[in-house]
Amino acid sequence: MAIEVHNATKHFGSFTALDDVSVTVQDGALMALLGPSGSGKSTLLRIIAGLETLDTGRVEIGGEDQTDAPTRTRGVGFVFQHYAPFKHMTVYDNVAFGLTVRKTPKQDVRERVHELLGLVRLDGLAKRYPSQLSGGQLQRMALARALAPQPKVLLLDEPFGALDVQVRGELREWLRRLHEEIHVTTIFVTHDQEEAMDVAGQIVVMNAGKVEQTGSPRELYEHPNNEFVMSFIGPVNRLGDALLRPHDIQILSGAGDHYADAVEALVRRVVHLGFEVRVELTLPDGRDVWAQVTRETAHELELHEGQILAARLPAPRVFA
Amino acid sequence: MSSESVAIGRPGAPAAQRVEPPHAHAGTRESASGAVARRWGLRTLALGYLLLLLGAPVGMIFYRTFEHGLAPVWEAVTQPNAVHAFWLSVELVAIVVPLNTVFGISIALLIERGRFRGRALLGLLLDLPFAISPVVVGLALVLVYGRTGWFGDWLTSHGIQVIFSIPGMVLATAFVSLPFVARETIPVLHELGTDAEQAAATLGASAWQTFRRVTLPAIRWGVVYGVVLTTARALGEFGAVSIVSGRLEGQTQTLPLYVQDRFENFDTTGAYAAAVVLALLAFATLLGMNLLARRTQRDTVV
Amino acid sequence: MTPDGASHALERSAPHPRVPAWRPFGRGPSGRSLLGGRAGTALGGGLLGLYLSVLVLLPIAALLDSAASGGTGSFWRAVSSPEAVAALKLTLVVSAIVVVINALFGTLIAWVLVRDEFPGKGVVNALIDLPFALPTIVAGVVLLALYGKGGPTGIDITFTRAAVGLALLFVTLPFVVRSVQPVLIELDLSMEEAAGTLGAGRWTVFRRVVLPNLTPAILSGAALSFARALGEFGSVVLISGNLPFKTEVGSVYIFNQVENDNVSAAASVSVVLLVCALVVLAGMTLLSRRMSRHVL
Repeated sequence: MAIEVHNATKHFGSFTALDDVSVTVQDGALMALLGPSGSGKSTLLRIIAGLETLDTGRVEIGGEDQTDAPTRTRGVGFVFQHYAPFKHMTVYDNVAFGLTVRKTPKQDVRERVHELLGLVRLDGLAKRYPSQLSGGQLQRMALARALAPQPKVLLLDEPFGALDVQVRGELREWLRRLHEEIHVTTIFVTHDQEEAMDVAGQIVVMNAGKVEQTGSPRELYEHPNNEFVMSFIGPVNRLGDALLRPHDIQILSGAGDHYADAVEALVRRVVHLGFEVRVELTLPDGRDVWAQVTRETAHELELHEGQILAARLPAPRVFA
Repeated sequence: MSSESVAIGRPGAPAAQRVEPPHAHAGTRESASGAVARRWGLRTLALGYLLLLLGAPVGMIFYRTFEHGLAPVWEAVTQPNAVHAFWLSVELVAIVVPLNTVFGISIALLIERGRFRGRALLGLLLDLPFAISPVVVGLALVLVYGRTGWFGDWLTSHGIQVIFSIPGMVLATAFVSLPFVARETIPVLHELGTDAEQAAATLGASAWQTFRRVTLPAIRWGVVYGVVLTTARALGEFGAVSIVSGRLEGQTQTLPLYVQDRFENFDTTGAYAAAVVLALLAFATLLGMNLLARRTQRDTVV
Repeated sequence: MTPDGASHALERSAPHPRVPAWRPFGRGPSGRSLLGGRAGTALGGGLLGLYLSVLVLLPIAALLDSAASGGTGSFWRAVSSPEAVAALKLTLVVSAIVVVINALFGTLIAWVLVRDEFPGKGVVNALIDLPFALPTIVAGVVLLALYGKGGPTGIDITFTRAAVGLALLFVTLPFVVRSVQPVLIELDLSMEEAAGTLGAGRWTVFRRVVLPNLTPAILSGAALSFARALGEFGSVVLISGNLPFKTEVGSVYIFNQVENDNVSAAASVSVVLLVCALVVLAGMTLLSRRMSRHVL
């Protein structure tokens, strides 16, 4: 179901967590709320779930006004940052919780729980306790638990934040596939732009309690509305007021005066990062920039420290 | 008040936590024999103090109670007044402990989970019984519920007797044992955090279901520990009950009051026997406390 | 004054025991109240308020009212009567001595229980709490069995001020031990080792490294001991003989005034005792908190 938030404002004491925020999530979408810490993204998620109350504004889920509805009647599945497992219950009982509080018949509960445990690949672990699970397993249990009562929308608060890098990558992939399978409207909060771009179809970029821009990963990357979005999504070089992407800097063989549209640059340092090579340059006016080139390019140009070569800078973006 | 100053180990816990091999400490430069002598000196001093203050007197009362065999002891504790006092104490415990348990859990929830002004004040108020002499508690209750107290006329005209009868003793016992459950529950609730409760709400659980199925199981050992302390305190309360009960033999005399009565009437056998019954209950409490401490420790480690 | 339970309220797995388990002044958790809506909270709050009022607030108010009923003159007469002054003075002096002994031996016992190893340590550790579990009247009887008339030691301390002190030492034993013990357990040994590598001797290490870290805990344990000692009744009543001007402590004096229907005098002295306890608790708590801030 679609989620709409209109003009949401929320203060914690003198701190403004949300400042007149409006967001629309289409039915069946997989959306990321992306922003640095303190940007209000988690608060927005908790407001949709009813875990926080709005100062002013409105929340609609599936076209119904839910602004003052208690959490338990909103039909949201919520996955907490640290999973919030019920530590005194087995994995089975954790997943069954949302069904048993609704007095679902035992047989139905059993079927549904086993179906979900299969879906999250925890089949054999039903009788374990949360303390006996790894981080990734806990994460999947939390997801199964949230999905059990067939929520209208699924909300995930920094779902991969507490996992180590490798597990995080697997789970991202898996979450995307899961969403394709069950197609429930999903919002997840993250501060990791790569994660947001990897998983989500739509991204809402937030900063200081406001929405900076909403769009697909590609739109945000190629057409950022402002400096914040451009520098938050992807790497940038900063030349005064102007911003440019490191991979847009073209490095050419030979000295700068061979090309009309290029400048001379001194290679200060070459960093090999596998496929990508990072070249730190000093321009004739003394400013430092860095460029991203492929391994092949670096090899062809025989890049090394102290080298003088030509660099073609793209037209930089300047935001008002 | 005392709330801030409390950071005290649970029985059983410290010994289990860290076992230091002797001589593992600071890089001292003195000889090993000096260290051993010092260690023995400190140990002897500490244990000697405990023996003189605690061990010997408690051992002595058991010895003196049973020195003439079991028969006189049995006779003493089966005296009608002794039996009545025992059951009266049990009755008080049976009334007060459930009351204070419900109260303690509720107030702990209110202080840890509530959002209202005056939570700080509530915390201080809750601690008040720890700063008041039991005698003063008794006096204060008499001043409200006694014949000449604030509500004296009203109570008399409605034929309700509070002071010198069970209700007054319940009030006195409840007052002095009021904070235990809350004080044991609050830190556990604090540590538990609200995540699991919020998760339950998102899964559709009502407030009562959340409490019953998520919060209570998580805090249960803290609560039980508080209940054990409440029971011990309620069973042993003397000063406050002494004032509000009127100490009527065979009527409002609890077991601790009975001990005093026997002692002052030079019936040391009766006094010792009753005291030993109470002491055994105290040992049972200690045992319970230690088992629970170990239990909670295991729970938090797992 | 029976702060028994206070001593057990600890934060079970807190990394540092000097951080109080209970922070009544802290901000509440954010988010919706999970207590069951506004109406439920109001109803529950009302019931709790009623219970607290009937049990605690009204009686305290009545106590203050009674103490003030005759005006300041009568209050002053009540608390400055020679017998009352003698009782209060004895209570304060003996409590102060008891607290000092407690601080010394409590710290020593905690040290031995944490840093020493000997057979039966677990049992000794468990028995430290016995004075909290034992009814106070039984504590008095127990002490009389050994140190009273006809005891096996030949000593008879009944009806002496020493007896009052002994009873108070017995019932307040656990406070300092139980507040110092966890701090000592958490104390970083490497600090002492560092001092050792810097050339400090054992005593210097203790005095300049260990003791400053223990002081806040010793102070808070001592404050609780003092509050408890000021109000103690059950353990003292049999052993002291309650001789006016000699062994009669404050709580016993109040008790006797109540028995003699001299209620407003009893209330007046009660208020003095209560204020003393609160001042000491608040003062020691503040001091201990200030010190622990530096030590942390």
